[in-house]
Amino acid sequence: MTTLATPENLVYERPKAFTDVPTHYCPGCTHGIAHRLIAEVLDEMELTGRAIGVAPVGCAVFAYNYFDTDFVEAPHGRAPAMATGIKRVLPDSIVFTYQGDGDLASIGMGEITHAAARGENITVVFINNANFGMTGGQMAPTTLPGMRTTSSPNGRDVETQGYPIRMAEMLATLDGAGYIVRRSLHDPKNIRMAKKAIRTAFEVQVRGLGFSLVELLSTCPSNWDLTPVESLKFVEEKMVPYFPLGDYKVSPSVSAVKI
Amino acid sequence: MARELWEGNQAIAEAAIRAGLEAYFGYPITPQNEILEWMSRRMPELGRAFVQSEAELGAINMVYGAACTGARVMSSSSSPGISLMQEGLSYIAGTEIPVVLVNVMRGGPGLGNIAPSQGDYNQICKGGGHGDYHPIVLAPASVQEAVDLMPLAFDLAEKYLNIACVLLDGSIGQMMEPIELPPMREVNHREFPWAVSGAQGRERHILTSIYLEPNEEERTNLRLLKRWQEVQANELRYKEYSIDDAEIIVIGFGTAGRVALSAVRLARAQGIKAGLFRPVTVSPYPYERVAKLAKQAKVLLVVEMNSGQMLEDVRLAVNGRTPIEFYGRLGGVVPFPDEILGEIQRVAKKTPKIVDDPAKVWLKRMEAVTK
Amino acid sequence: MPARGTIEVNDLYCKGCELCISACPPDVMALDKERLTPKGYHPAHIVKDGCTGCAICALVCPDAAITVYREVTKSPAQQAAAAGG
Repeated sequence: MTTLATPENLVYERPKAFTDVPTHYCPGCTHGIAHRLIAEVLDEMELTGRAIGVAPVGCAVFAYNYFDTDFVEAPHGRAPAMATGIKRVLPDSIVFTYQGDGDLASIGMGEITHAAARGENITVVFINNANFGMTGGQMAPTTLPGMRTTSSPNGRDVETQGYPIRMAEMLATLDGAGYIVRRSLHDPKNIRMAKKAIRTAFEVQVRGLGFSLVELLSTCPSNWDLTPVESLKFVEEKMVPYFPLGDYKVSPSVSAVKI
Repeated sequence: MARELWEGNQAIAEAAIRAGLEAYFGYPITPQNEILEWMSRRMPELGRAFVQSEAELGAINMVYGAACTGARVMSSSSSPGISLMQEGLSYIAGTEIPVVLVNVMRGGPGLGNIAPSQGDYNQICKGGGHGDYHPIVLAPASVQEAVDLMPLAFDLAEKYLNIACVLLDGSIGQMMEPIELPPMREVNHREFPWAVSGAQGRERHILTSIYLEPNEEERTNLRLLKRWQEVQANELRYKEYSIDDAEIIVIGFGTAGRVALSAVRLARAQGIKAGLFRPVTVSPYPYERVAKLAKQAKVLLVVEMNSGQMLEDVRLAVNGRTPIEFYGRLGGVVPFPDEILGEIQRVAKKTPKIVDDPAKVWLKRMEAVTK
Repeated sequence: MPARGTIEVNDLYCKGCELCISACPPDVMALDKERLTPKGYHPAHIVKDGCTGCAICALVCPDAAITVYREVTKSPAQQAAAAGG
């Protein structure tokens, strides 16, 4: 029987910028998809040798094991400030941060807001899975009203625990922001759109067009207590209505970019 | 070079620039705003990096990022801001990269006031942030000395992959003195073997302070400790005045040491055999030298602008062998020479006993005075 | 005629999360309950004919465990050209 698995027939293989290290993420966790998309973009744009990543505190604390680039580890929430320090002394490097909802929207709220306001020419990938994953599923600034977490065991009570924060919308109000979009990773069509957005975000940095951020609605099967496939449904049915997908800030110079 | 009249903060900033500073990240806080302001004009002028960050938290993390590239980078702040920076300093120490910090102390704790103080000695000399690490701390007593210590701070930080802090207070930061600045040095971006810069053409570099495996973390801590021992062995600096035949040795750093020097000179003029020991490195602390001086002196008089922080280091060195007296002013109050002269005269007249806690004795006298 | 394709799932990475199985349009995939990966997961694999090499499984795979092949077919014009006509 002749095999179809020949080099001429190759359609897709693991991106080179993704190291040969099995990840520690839970089965079905969309962190892996986000990582893979970034790696594909680094491959396609040939940026791997110029890139410097800034890892967060959160499930992705060991992100530096999975990308074949220089990497630094930031204190919780401070990645945009570290990225600023790196980019300001090495303006030709491609600096990206990868942050979860605790890192970016809770403790790091000050750093991300000001990096965007200053228009720092960095790229931020923001993983929104509506909870603090690594520490065991506590309530996050993105937890939905009524959603049960380990620190909102009766469901998020907006009276005492406040409302979720929509980061893409909020950061888009800043004049310094160049490209702020929200995408999702819950099905093939949206994954393709997410990749396009990540590609655009890195193009924005390469062309010096300002601050770029891609918010990615993501799953957390372990803490949501759902199967990976059920988790995708949760994103589609519950998260997308609250965190609508779309382009929230596309500055004129960015909209002129044709990829 | 001719001497010029410069304000402390501005001179410190300019000295750092002339030492090849590549990036400054900071935030306003009195009494060191002039450092930030000077940098905001000069750094862009020279094509170097400057950012006023959202807060000290942002500033120290920008410093952290830039230091990861091997750039010569610093920040500056004052007491409440230094507190905010402790997290970042701990991470920087755990990542083993060079960073310079200027700390212009003010009255505290809390918001306190903007007057000169030495109340943050323990915070910076004993680490301050979490974990087992030691910043190198240099304590100038004049604007010229601060200017001279700035390039040394960068060199020491890079030599030992350590934090180097230049520690002063609002009076030195704000005073104007005639000084000589060093000549301008161009930026010389060093290629450190560990720095991140984009991995093209080499193996990738990862800079982190995580060591999940406890044995790994222990090895890291031991590595930090070994390097610290080298600093202790090789980098002690101090100044001594009229010490050879001194029976009453006053010990003070920074502004307190400077005021004490005036008192020592006045005392000598009155025939009292007083001398001054002024540590310039307060971390590492010159314990051995103090222990030696304790053998020669009838009494050691520690003078500080705090409640007795360096006093503990002196007590450690002296180990109960010699009487120690303490004189402290707090909360932003700067002692005058005649106050310290009064103390010298008092202990010259009657050598005090060795007591458990010199600060307790002093506090009793203070209560009587400040009621 | 639909394209013909095949995939390879790398045991080192596959965690048996089933996202590919759920996403596969011709529904030709399932977990291999007869095997375990080194980490102890049942890996995904093709269980019947019909793979078109669409690569949607690889698109949704969080672990980049899947390599996809699709048969290169020539159009009638290309076949004629190849035959030297």
